[in-house]
Amino acid sequence: MSSQPAALCMPWPNYLAAKPGILSWLTTTDHKRIGVLYLVSMMPLFLVAASFAVMFRLELFSPGQQFLTNDQYNRLLTVHGVVMIFLFIIPGIPAVFGNFFLPILIGAEDVAFPRINLTSWYCYVAGAILALVSVAVGPPDTGWTFYVPYSVQTHPNVLLPMSAAFILGWSSILTGLNFVTTVHRLRAKEMGWFEMPLFIWALYATGWVQIVATPVVGITLVMVLLERYLGIPIFDPARGGDPILYQHMFWIYSHPAVYIMVLPAMGVVSEIIPTFSRKRIFGYKYIAFSSIAIASIGSLVWGHHMFTSGMSDFARIVFSFLTFFVAVPSAVKVFNWLATMYKGSIYLAPPMVWTLMFIFLFSIGGLTGLINASLSLDVHLHDTSWIVSHFHFTMFGGTGVIFFAALHYWWPKMFGRMYNHRVAHVAAVLFFCGFLTTYIPLFIAGAAGMPRRYADYLPEYTIYHRISTIGSWFLFASLLLMLGNLIHALFKGKPAPTDPWGGATLEWRTATPPPTLNFSGRPDLTRGPYEYPEQVYNG
Amino acid sequence: MGNAGAATTHDTHSHGVGHYDPAAGKIGMWLFLFTEVLLFGTLFIAFAVYLQKYRFDFREASGHLDKLIGATNTGILLTSSLTMALAIAVLERSRKRLSLMLSAITILCAVAFLVIKSFEWRAKFEHDIYPKSATMLQKPVGEQMFYGLYFTMTGLHALHVIIGAVVIVFAMVLVRTGRTNAERITFLQNTGLYWHLVDLVWIFLFPLFYLIG
Repeated sequence: MSSQPAALCMPWPNYLAAKPGILSWLTTTDHKRIGVLYLVSMMPLFLVAASFAVMFRLELFSPGQQFLTNDQYNRLLTVHGVVMIFLFIIPGIPAVFGNFFLPILIGAEDVAFPRINLTSWYCYVAGAILALVSVAVGPPDTGWTFYVPYSVQTHPNVLLPMSAAFILGWSSILTGLNFVTTVHRLRAKEMGWFEMPLFIWALYATGWVQIVATPVVGITLVMVLLERYLGIPIFDPARGGDPILYQHMFWIYSHPAVYIMVLPAMGVVSEIIPTFSRKRIFGYKYIAFSSIAIASIGSLVWGHHMFTSGMSDFARIVFSFLTFFVAVPSAVKVFNWLATMYKGSIYLAPPMVWTLMFIFLFSIGGLTGLINASLSLDVHLHDTSWIVSHFHFTMFGGTGVIFFAALHYWWPKMFGRMYNHRVAHVAAVLFFCGFLTTYIPLFIAGAAGMPRRYADYLPEYTIYHRISTIGSWFLFASLLLMLGNLIHALFKGKPAPTDPWGGATLEWRTATPPPTLNFSGRPDLTRGPYEYPEQVYNG
Repeated sequence: MGNAGAATTHDTHSHGVGHYDPAAGKIGMWLFLFTEVLLFGTLFIAFAVYLQKYRFDFREASGHLDKLIGATNTGILLTSSLTMALAIAVLERSRKRLSLMLSAITILCAVAFLVIKSFEWRAKFEHDIYPKSATMLQKPVGEQMFYGLYFTMTGLHALHVIIGAVVIVFAMVLVRTGRTNAERITFLQNTGLYWHLVDLVWIFLFPLFYLIG
């Protein structure tokens, strides 16, 4: 019955129309509405943080002071980092698309703990409010890493941003806990572990990292606060503490957090590429296990952030080796995606364009990561703008780009409206050009010795900073164009069909937008997640 | 068995409310306990690092803690874990009144633990031993570190004892009103799991702080 056109068998209204009123949204336990709540609260924060970056890039247009004092520059930089990391990239894909699609993709009605799910959104909002209040009362200048002893001594308030990070950590833990339990308990009867879509594998691996890594940084931030406000000596070297211990504890979470950011993105790629190649995913099990491998090996590489901060040579060699090693499962994924496209019938709709952009940008980010992992080179590159460029290629060019790909892929399903493809393509190309113009010069300047986080620079670096600043304008314009196009679609877009892309996973086999209980009757599980009706090649 | 929950949800169509999946509740609780273990684990790592660095100072400072008080509190918490486990076991046999009584004893143990702990802390404060006090700042850095970790870790543990006791009160209300019973016992079982963790953390705190002197 579910294989019939959805309109014929839809006794329930869709989730958007089910209950009217703001209050029904604020008290909802519907995972789809919670996903939308996350999206709505996240995008303004993302734009604010992005505009901060445009501002401090403008300051860097010429050497010397332009319109920001050093202090203002430090604060803008810190807020940009804190908001982007803790409020956008870490929660991003799991909280928005994971919440919305995880239960649908496994044929369930909701997550295992719907009320905890809502609680995690309120934690997110509380964290976001604390972060914004901290911007209002005097933003911190510590950088997003809150390194001791500076964070214990610096004048601006660090209580608010660190509490924000702590509460956001709980939001993240609750989401992870919910997803892991949901995958274990609520899969449709017919769906075995290896019949799950790969996005679910990625969310499952991410959930474990969220659970295992986040408490470490939570309690570490609490220790810094105790040290700063109650005078308990823990990390401050002046009082017998070990600041390197802080760095270890910070990165024990914050490097795995990098995989919290990128694993769900890789999961989305594993959905989009087969859909737009009309071909079964190549190497399903390898991709599934590589998610688990990335999650587990990725938990043991944190020391590569500290090659220059004082560690035994043995530890540095081990961390360097593990860092090289974690690149293997990532590469496994990339090769599998490319092999999926090989002899496929590729359809360059906007989600696919963004995804191909991801493969290109993320590969650059990943390969420059190997350069950073080499001990000798890292001494030269550490704390230069090379590193800034490297992690923007992985985080922004990787996860950020896939966040946009997922927006374009699932927007019609989530809101029932199709956006303008032409404008979406223009925005994607503009983004690509803006991205490379912004970040490639930072690689070169960094390799030539330009330190990161500095408000000023020697005149020799002017050309790189100028090009980069000009690129940032295009980048920002492309983001506005892309989001404007999507928002315009909500009001003026054509109604979207049930399955606009010819996808094979379960979300395309229910109504658009989905009804509150996700399916009208039982979900249709007669086909696997990558069995396309008009498949051209089945290798 | 692995998909029993899915079947229930689809049959009831009640959107997450009203269906009862004890296994999901258990999995969720264990995952939450992992986060707690890692929370305390991080503090234990800090303790291990500084114990290594300030071995002599730590032994010296540990000698000033009252072993008898520590041992009494250990006995109290171990007893409370027993009564908690019994409260679950008897409710499984539908002996509601006895279960409530055993839960109440568990709470009494928690209160006794906290009272003793507060006397212990107060005694330290009266001897001018607290972070940044004049006496404290004259002590060697290792001893300052020891007391810093002592207040942090036993303080966080005491916070968990309080939370645990409050959760047990909730569980008692649910048992009393019959919403938790022999057939739907997950809430009480999860409360028990949490309480055992609180106990377990203390089992490690006690020797590390009191017995290395």
